Order: sequence, then structure tokens, then C-alpha cells
Amino acid sequence: MADTVVPAGPETAVEDIRLKHHFATSAQQMDADTLGMWTFLITEVLFFGGMFTAYVMYRNMYLGAFASTSQYMNVVLGGTNTAVLICSSLTMALAVRAAQLSNRRHQILFLILTMIFGTAFLVIKGFEYHAKWVEHLVPGFGFQYEPAQYAHHAQILFFLYFAMTGMHALHMVVGLGLLTYLVVQAYRRVFSANYFVPVEMIGLYWHFVDIVWIFLFPLLYLIGHRR
Amino acid sequence: MSAHTHAHLHVHIPKVRTLVLVWLALICLTGMTTAVSYLELGWMNIVIALLIAVSKASMVAWIFMGVRHTTSLTKLFVVAGLVWLGIMILITASDYNTRNWTYQPMPWANNPAGGLSK
Repeated sequence: MADTVVPAGPETAVEDIRLKHHFATSAQQMDADTLGMWTFLITEVLFFGGMFTAYVMYRNMYLGAFASTSQYMNVVLGGTNTAVLICSSLTMALAVRAAQLSNRRHQILFLILTMIFGTAFLVIKGFEYHAKWVEHLVPGFGFQYEPAQYAHHAQILFFLYFAMTGMHALHMVVGLGLLTYLVVQAYRRVFSANYFVPVEMIGLYWHFVDIVWIFLFPLLYLIGHRR
Repeated sequence: MSAHTHAHLHVHIPKVRTLVLVWLALICLTGMTTAVSYLELGWMNIVIALLIAVSKASMVAWIFMGVRHTTSLTKLFVVAGLVWLGIMILITASDYNTRNWTYQPMPWANNPAGGLSK
């Protein structure tokens, strides 16, 4: 008995198994993924935006107290961290580019560099937090402040400082977890010029976290230390 | 490269030179915003700091995040997000800044004679 003849199906249908069946083309899938990621990032903008709004209101009410806090901010460490994050954004962009060009070695290299910069940021932030703790500048935990007439309102700024930088640092930790996943997947040769959506989407997330810090740095560190 | 024979995706791949130039600009602007903060410019300090921050953020979004090459719909979503952020800040500010525009009886602030203290 002759073997059953397998009918020749349309080759194009099985060409890319990563194209989900509800999309017509990979390009359409990519557009939908990008739009979905940006929708998520907009919710993040509004999430951080709530804290930025609180900052704007209290800054207008207690400008003198807020400006006086700048003497306790470490501009060198804050500025270094800004540069470190900008470097990590460059390496992230280069990692996405390497994925688009199917260059696995460069992709892994740039992803790991991004993780090193991200970790460096968190370590520096840790030293800053430690200094704040030693100087009794953690609100609610034996907060002490000079000049004393600003103590109450300065505490509001330090509350915002820890809320905003803490939430930012948490996003960095999540980002490092996502990058670890990308390195493993890249090592397993998952990504190529045909499929690099996760690299690009996590890249968007990483750049967004960088943008948050771009606003945090001048608002928290550079308010009034010229006085 | 085989990238063109199999790829269905006609994505724009950024030049290394472009990415490095943006990085350089971001580093320079970080130095600039730090330097300017040491000058006494009154209310201009915050304006300059925010202008620099907005231009840095725009560069990251436009080039690094590739908004430049996304669909119009995605661009519209990005702008919508910023508009909503603006609404949140604007309406909150209009509340806090106008609370003392109307007369509020404050009996706890009255003087013993009975009339309002102010």
C-alpha cells in the first residue's frame, strides 16, 4: 500500500511560527506589539506623573524648604548616575540593533553591558540611601534637619525623594530581571532579524526608566544649591 | 546578509553613528544642566533645567525608542499620554492655586469680639 500523499500546503503559512494566527503579517504584529507597549508606558507616565504632580504642588507651596534640601543632595553621585543611565540606554539601543542584524555575539555583549550599567546605578543609589540614613534624613525615622524652621516641610521633600527614587529603583530591578531573560534567550539563539520583538519592547521599557531619571535628577538634586 | 531574504519586517535599523551622537548630546546636556544650576538666575533656573530635561527626554524617545519610525497611531498615543499628564498637573494646580479665591468663614480664627479677625 502506498503511503498517504501529504498534500502540499501553502509554504508561507508555516514560514514563521512566531507569527500569531490572529495577525495577517509580521509587520502588523510588530505594529500591534509596539502600540501595546506604548499604551503600557503611558500608564507608567501617569503613575510617575502622580508623584511628579505632588512634587510640583508642594514645591510651589514650600519653595524655600525644598530649595534648602539641595545642600543634602550629592550632586556628584546623582550626576554620575545620570551619566551611567544614559550609557545604559546607548548599550540597550545597540543591543536592539544587534538583534535586528542577527548579530548574537554583539547582542549578548551589549545586553550584559546594559546590566552592568544598571547594577552600577543601583549600587551608587544604595550608597546615597545609606548616607541619607546616617544623616537622619529618612522621613519618619528620627528625621532631623537644619535649618530647623524648614524641618517639617523638608520632610515632605524627602518623602517624595524616597518615593520617587525608590519606585524608579524598583523599575530598574524589574528591568534587570527582564534583561537577564533576554540574555538567556539570546544565548539560546531565539532572536534574529526575523524575531526580535521582546528585545525591542524591553528596550522601550529600559529607555522609559531612563527618561524618568532625566526628570528626577534636576528636580531633586539641582533645586537650590546655588543659594 | 540573510536579513533581507527572510525578513518580513521592514524595520528601520539605526546607524551606530546616530546612536553615539545622541549619547554624546545627552552626556553634554547633563553636564550643562548641572553647571547652570550653580548660577543664580532666579526663576530662569527651573525653566532652563526643565527645557534641558525635555530635550533630553525627546531625544531618548525620538531616536533610542524609535518613535521617529513608528506608525502615526503610536505617535498619537505617545502625545495623548503627555496630554493626560498635562491635564493632571494643570487641574491639580488650578485647584490648589484658587482655593483662597472665595470667602471661607473660619470661625476658629475669630477674635473674641465676634468679628472676623481679618
